[in-house]
Amino acid sequence: MTARVLIPVGFGFNCEDETAAAFRMVGAEVDLVHLTDLFAGRHARPIPSYQVLAFVGGFSYGDHVASGFVAATRVRAHLQADLSAFLQDGGRVLGICNGFQVLVRLGLLPGPDAGPADFVPRAALANNDRLGYRDAWVTLGADPASTSVWTRGLGRLELPARHGEGKVVLESPEALARLERRGQVAFRYLDPEGKPTEAWPHNPNGSARGVAGITDASGRILGLMPHPDAFLYPWHHPDWPRRKKELEAQEPGGLAIFRAGVAGI
Amino acid sequence: SPSALDPYGGAITGIVGVNRDPFGTGMGSDLLSNTWGYCFGPPDLTVPRVAEHAPRATATVPLEGLDDPALARLSREKLLALSVEELQAVRDFFARAAREPRRRAAGLGPAPTDAELECLAQTWSEHCKHKIMNATLSYREEGKAPVEIRSIFKQFIRGTTEAVDEAITRREGKSWLVSVFHDNAGVIAATDAYHLVFKVETHNSPSALDPYGGAITGIVGVNRDPFGTGLGADLLSNTWGYCFGPPGFEGELPPGLLHPRRIREGVHHGVIDGGNQSGIPYGRGWELFDDRFLGKPLVYCGTVGRMPAVSAGRPTHVKLARPGDRIVMVGGRIGKDGIHGATFSSAELTEESPVQAVQIGDPITQKMMFDFLLEARDQGLYSAITDNGAGGLSSSVGEMAKQPGGAWLDLQKAPLKYQGLAAWEVLVSEAQERMTLAVPPERLEALLALARTREVEATDLGAFTDDGHLEVRWGERVVALLPLDFLHDGDPELRIEAEWTPPARAAAAPLARPASAAEGSALARAFLARDNLRSNELLARTYDHEVKGLTVVKPWVGVRRDVPSDASVFLIAHDAAPHGYAVAEAVFPAYSDHDAHAMAQAGVDLAVRRVIAAGARADRIAALDNYCWPDPLPGAKNPDAKQKAAQLVRASKGLSEICRAYGVPLISGKDSMKNDAVVGGQRISIPPTLLASTIAVVTDVRRALTLEVPAPGALLVAVGEAREELGGTEWAAHRGLAGGEVPRCSPAELWPRYEAVARAIRDELVLAAHAVGRGGLLPALFYMARASGLGLSADLSAAPAAPGTGWEGLLLGETTGRFLLACAPEALDRLGRHLQGVPHAVLGAFDATGRLRVAHEGALLVDAPVEELARAWKRQPEGAAGQEVRP
Repeated sequence: MTARVLIPVGFGFNCEDETAAAFRMVGAEVDLVHLTDLFAGRHARPIPSYQVLAFVGGFSYGDHVASGFVAATRVRAHLQADLSAFLQDGGRVLGICNGFQVLVRLGLLPGPDAGPADFVPRAALANNDRLGYRDAWVTLGADPASTSVWTRGLGRLELPARHGEGKVVLESPEALARLERRGQVAFRYLDPEGKPTEAWPHNPNGSARGVAGITDASGRILGLMPHPDAFLYPWHHPDWPRRKKELEAQEPGGLAIFRAGVAGI
Repeated sequence: SPSALDPYGGAITGIVGVNRDPFGTGMGSDLLSNTWGYCFGPPDLTVPRVAEHAPRATATVPLEGLDDPALARLSREKLLALSVEELQAVRDFFARAAREPRRRAAGLGPAPTDAELECLAQTWSEHCKHKIMNATLSYREEGKAPVEIRSIFKQFIRGTTEAVDEAITRREGKSWLVSVFHDNAGVIAATDAYHLVFKVETHNSPSALDPYGGAITGIVGVNRDPFGTGLGADLLSNTWGYCFGPPGFEGELPPGLLHPRRIREGVHHGVIDGGNQSGIPYGRGWELFDDRFLGKPLVYCGTVGRMPAVSAGRPTHVKLARPGDRIVMVGGRIGKDGIHGATFSSAELTEESPVQAVQIGDPITQKMMFDFLLEARDQGLYSAITDNGAGGLSSSVGEMAKQPGGAWLDLQKAPLKYQGLAAWEVLVSEAQERMTLAVPPERLEALLALARTREVEATDLGAFTDDGHLEVRWGERVVALLPLDFLHDGDPELRIEAEWTPPARAAAAPLARPASAAEGSALARAFLARDNLRSNELLARTYDHEVKGLTVVKPWVGVRRDVPSDASVFLIAHDAAPHGYAVAEAVFPAYSDHDAHAMAQAGVDLAVRRVIAAGARADRIAALDNYCWPDPLPGAKNPDAKQKAAQLVRASKGLSEICRAYGVPLISGKDSMKNDAVVGGQRISIPPTLLASTIAVVTDVRRALTLEVPAPGALLVAVGEAREELGGTEWAAHRGLAGGEVPRCSPAELWPRYEAVARAIRDELVLAAHAVGRGGLLPALFYMARASGLGLSADLSAAPAAPGTGWEGLLLGETTGRFLLACAPEALDRLGRHLQGVPHAVLGAFDATGRLRVAHEGALLVDAPVEELARAWKRQPEGAAGQEVRP
């Protein structure tokens, strides 16, 4: 069955075009719907009738107050019941960069250890340790033990990171260890030797244990800081002029995440 | 009081407002801590009514009987930036107009209202009207007959584009120029479905006063140009480029000027915030340093847009405002920020220049407005759009009113940030994030309803008419009544004297060749570490360059992704793959010390070569001209105005010649003519600077080229001969050389060469390409080796060169028209056939040694590990921008 994807837009989210292109490339149908229409219930199609909901990158509400804060507050105020129903029906959620920040503020990531979403924030995405915002490609490793539907079959991949607030901070080191044990760390930043790293520039924000993306207990909600929506074609890759054949022979890493995410729907 | 009306808004303005007090004291202070204290009434949940003082409607400014000194004083005191001749024209106009029945019926007399005077001052400002570019110039040069130029713009710019347009039409049967010169930005055809729009602006004066605020407004302001072109364009990419005083400047700064390091930091942060938060990637970025930019920095910001050829069944590039269409203002509210922006930037900078003339940009408000407007465009809800920039409503409505033939608006309906603005302030405020629309009356309700649902403010202010007047009301009262023909054509023609005295420049005495490779390598390290060549990658990565997922050749390329690309290449749209476009630019202010003619041509030439090197179509290149000039009008404090005017003529002539020869139309441009600071009795003028920006169509982005070769063994081919041209070059600055020959172009000779190179690239004979630019061959060789992650050997003695070209001319001269190409050994013969008749030679080859080796006449000039050169090139001075900075 064709996956139907809902991408809320407006208020400073700005990666909707490339995210929509990505989902369409893997065969999904995409609706871009202005948040004001969702908030006011003007959008004809109910949220629970979608299979995927994607919060895209950008600067929602200018990141005023804190990154993702205002968007999360309004989504919670208007759409919490819809989101609960959507998740109950097995809906999948992707949050990229600012979208990840929104999911964390909403409490959907990392979420409770078990049971339905309770919308209680348990983590934060803090300022990068060094140099603030930086646009550069990084190498990610998908945790083979991850329970996420979005990372099935994935190994190493390269994506651009473009953020100033991407350091994953949990309540305690124990909370992080628990996430790791439970397979909820979906992606880690890797150094050139392929080992998880906390060191700049391979890890742009200094996230403990190299955490770049996390999933919830169900494995259906994924948030990550780097942009899979920016590696959809082989020629997006910075090495394209020198490694055309090699890059053409493999699926672009960003697209692979979208393909995994809609698989089995 | 503001907190009583709007507690959050009033209070936040209270704290950020008081922050500006210490900041605006003396030369500014670092803000250390805040205090707060509030008095509240008893807990009463009703909102108190607060009577702000009633805003003044209007006052009149009597001009009758004022003599010339009084008029000059009036212009200065009211910051009108009008000349005495212009104020005489205004005075005489109102004396005549007082007898008009319509004026009398409106209760207006022979004295203009403040709103009328301000409206004229904004509309006639150099910033809005480009009086100098439209003036009549008489140009003299020793030994030649004087020449009269009716208008630089008409003769050298529009004339050039019209000639190129005709040539394209003759050749192709149809021109790809879609809309040029009558809109906010130029439009060219890219694919059947999409047009490209490009505009570059400067925001120099505001950035000198308030670097962060001036610069953020620079970028979000230029965003509104492509957005205000035709019925509006989707914004694809931004460009930035700055000329600053040296960051390490240690001399004494004249009072009133900010240190170049502080300007640099503020400008970068402003443009980063403006672009990143708007979700528009930066395609290009560069910096250039010279002592003379201490007085005024140059802050260039540009935006490329994409326009669907057709939207809601209409050609998107056509505006059609009709009489009866409503005037609707959309976006932000009006406040006192940015009052007199157009006029203050039309005067020199002084200690008294007002910081409140700088607008404050808020990218998120603008982003929401753009999202809303694109929906409205695609639903056909408006018939014309333009931005509110310089001059505010007076300019946007005054300009749009030309098409239907008149307009009226009621300023009392305009939404304000706070009360207390006089009518003229509402009329001319340049408060940001606002567009003005013409909305057919039957669409008005739908447009306003859509705005409400998108939480964007849209206000019906009045209507377009065909009665030939701009009528501005304040409720029932008429506060301005100006015939459009006087508003737009009533200013007296400006005449300018230009006289060219070629600067006396000694010949360059050749410097001895480095005695050893070690000495030459040390020289290479020192040269690459110069401010104007040093890597700015670390800083520039704080600019997003990949949002939208359309970026293919990024601003930094190569194995280490740290070498500046010649041109950035983007897809036009996800549904337009693999069609794309390339953007590049070039600027050589120091050449103006020799001849502005050479300065202008070198800029266009390199900007064109860069897009060709990236694999763009040679027959689909368009250029933008951005003039930044020192004041060419005479004045007591401006003794060499005639020379500056002559440089303006020479640069424009050079621009025209090269664009005609290359078949490159000038689709848009801008001029900023008052780039002087007079502080403490000292005048600092910038060198005449013309920034050339290019945009070109790329047939298939997958075949775009960069500077990197995939493997050792590739041959390095130099195309174009070197000459002993050191004047004005980076090398001349490095060795302290004032004389020498400035690099010049022979456009008619160069163009066939570029067509040959473009064909060779199209036929896939070239692995990597680079246009030799600032610093000459040495940085060019270094960039290619660094990008490839390989060693590179080159023998300068093999390079095509004019007789008498020494090692300096070969290695460090900036002779125009040259490329470095890499090709596979087996492709060399075919490449040679493509380059028949073009001077070219194999200089050497890429190897696995990791060393850059440059030989000349049997001796090694440079022999150093590329990594070691890169370390020198990347080392940043202590405390430089881009190091450990803000979170």
